[in-house]
Amino acid sequence: MKIKIGIGIWAIAIAIMVIVSVAGTAYYLGAFSQAARGRLVVSTTTSLYDTGLLDVIEDRFEAEYPIDLYFISVGTGLAIEHAQRGDADMILVHAPSEEFSFLKEGYGVCRKIVAYNFFAIVGPEADPAKIEGLSPSQALTRIVETGRSGGAVWVSRGDDSGTHIKEKSLWEAAGFEWKTLREEDWYREAGASMGKTLQISNEFSAYTLADMGTYLKYQSEQLIVLKVLVGQGKELLNVYSAIAVNQTLHPDANFDGAITFIQYLISKEGQGIIEEYGRDQYEQSLFYPAVSLLKENTDPALAQWIKEYGFLNGSECPPEYRGGCPELYG
Amino acid sequence: MVWEILEGFKRAIELVLSGDPTVIQITLRSLYVSGAAALLSALWSLPLGLIIGLKDFTGKRFLKGLFNALLGIPTVALGLILYLVFSKAGPLGFLHLLYTPQAITIGQAILITPIMVSLTTGAVEAVDPEIRDLAKTLGASEIQASMAVLRESKGGVSLAFIASFNRAIAELGVALMLGGNLRGVTRVLTTTVALETTRGEIVLGIAMAILLLLIVFGVSIAINLVQRRTT
Repeated sequence: MKIKIGIGIWAIAIAIMVIVSVAGTAYYLGAFSQAARGRLVVSTTTSLYDTGLLDVIEDRFEAEYPIDLYFISVGTGLAIEHAQRGDADMILVHAPSEEFSFLKEGYGVCRKIVAYNFFAIVGPEADPAKIEGLSPSQALTRIVETGRSGGAVWVSRGDDSGTHIKEKSLWEAAGFEWKTLREEDWYREAGASMGKTLQISNEFSAYTLADMGTYLKYQSEQLIVLKVLVGQGKELLNVYSAIAVNQTLHPDANFDGAITFIQYLISKEGQGIIEEYGRDQYEQSLFYPAVSLLKENTDPALAQWIKEYGFLNGSECPPEYRGGCPELYG
Repeated sequence: MVWEILEGFKRAIELVLSGDPTVIQITLRSLYVSGAAALLSALWSLPLGLIIGLKDFTGKRFLKGLFNALLGIPTVALGLILYLVFSKAGPLGFLHLLYTPQAITIGQAILITPIMVSLTTGAVEAVDPEIRDLAKTLGASEIQASMAVLRESKGGVSLAFIASFNRAIAELGVALMLGGNLRGVTRVLTTTVALETTRGEIVLGIAMAILLLLIVFGVSIAINLVQRRTT
């Protein structure tokens, strides 16, 4: 008798487990039955996602269009890799040099510059290398000198992200070979997202290159006590672009969805969200809209910087890479 | 640090009590994805463990050693390999499984196979071999005799199942690489903790981590109670 009761309880336990899993499956099938809505996979740089901007854009966009956005938040290098393999429908990235090869190799089409802001060299309040207010090249030179004498530490993203690519070009502009610097012990590679890298820099009282969006978020939440020492300036310009995956290469990519989303990003509404995001919380915009600036030339000097840094052959997207989306360039 | 953990505790309780739909959805998804992984893995792991435990065959020791060695398979390594397999450019890309909850379930089912097999083997081997012989002398077939052994070892086998489920629900690498941490689709508890931490939302991250711990402990305790009542 005792054994029978035991088996009964056991059977009930198993029954509950089965019911839960079946119910879970049903719940999921229900959740996925809205087949009428399209699915758009966007591989994006971490700075746009981790600041929360894309969550706001997603909510507004999905309310208006029958397309569900799926963001995969990775570094620019991996975002491009995803798109090349056909695992994403479009990318949102910030490394013009990589974007140009992405277009030239035929993987991407319909590039639009959607936003910009600035990178900043941030570091400890004490500023042991005395770089505050210097130009980026001078500042990096001082950091190398101080670092070699044991007085300063530099933390690099080290993950082929857009920020890391920018960092490498800044070292080059300052006359250093990044490959030799990384062997030196004051130079540390985090191999992590911007947020993590800022936290690591904070722990070591180190210098690092950060995008302003992520920096402001961390700073305002008092997760770091690092200070912007070198900001603004042409060399520190950061340009964000959207690129669709070429449908001739990946026919089952959601090309129409990608174009709809890019169009939304460059629309008045999309650009407005970018401009407003974070203003209440951080007392300044984390990102600035780029479309009207380029179109109407409201700030010629800045527009010129963006063109020099983010244009390929004098255009954000030369005509040969505009297959299927002439409407974006009206 | 202590403040953050306490604040996280408070936040976790608030989130659960307020019935925040996102948190509930993520928690249910974690349970579903990993529960399905444990059930799926049981389909092949339990028979495999039973056979290895009961039968004598050449290569048995090698097989046992192999599964023991695979116990500690790094989740990122498995995640990366399966990413390449399920990627559109990969051999199983045509299934369009990448970035779906099903992909995570399959990945976790593979991940926990060595645990379930090893623990099942151990549980079965611990059963007095005379039970099987006895069943056979009483006229039981080979399969009936195996079932008798399985019944005797149900405590150990259920432990195998629960340990596997807990490993699945607590892992990050497979969920991140195969799921992509898509909001509303493949975001589970572990990937939420990772994301909120990089976003600087430490307290929210801790709250989610506490939810995860409660599930893992809760499941273990529940199984313990069931076991105690059945034996």
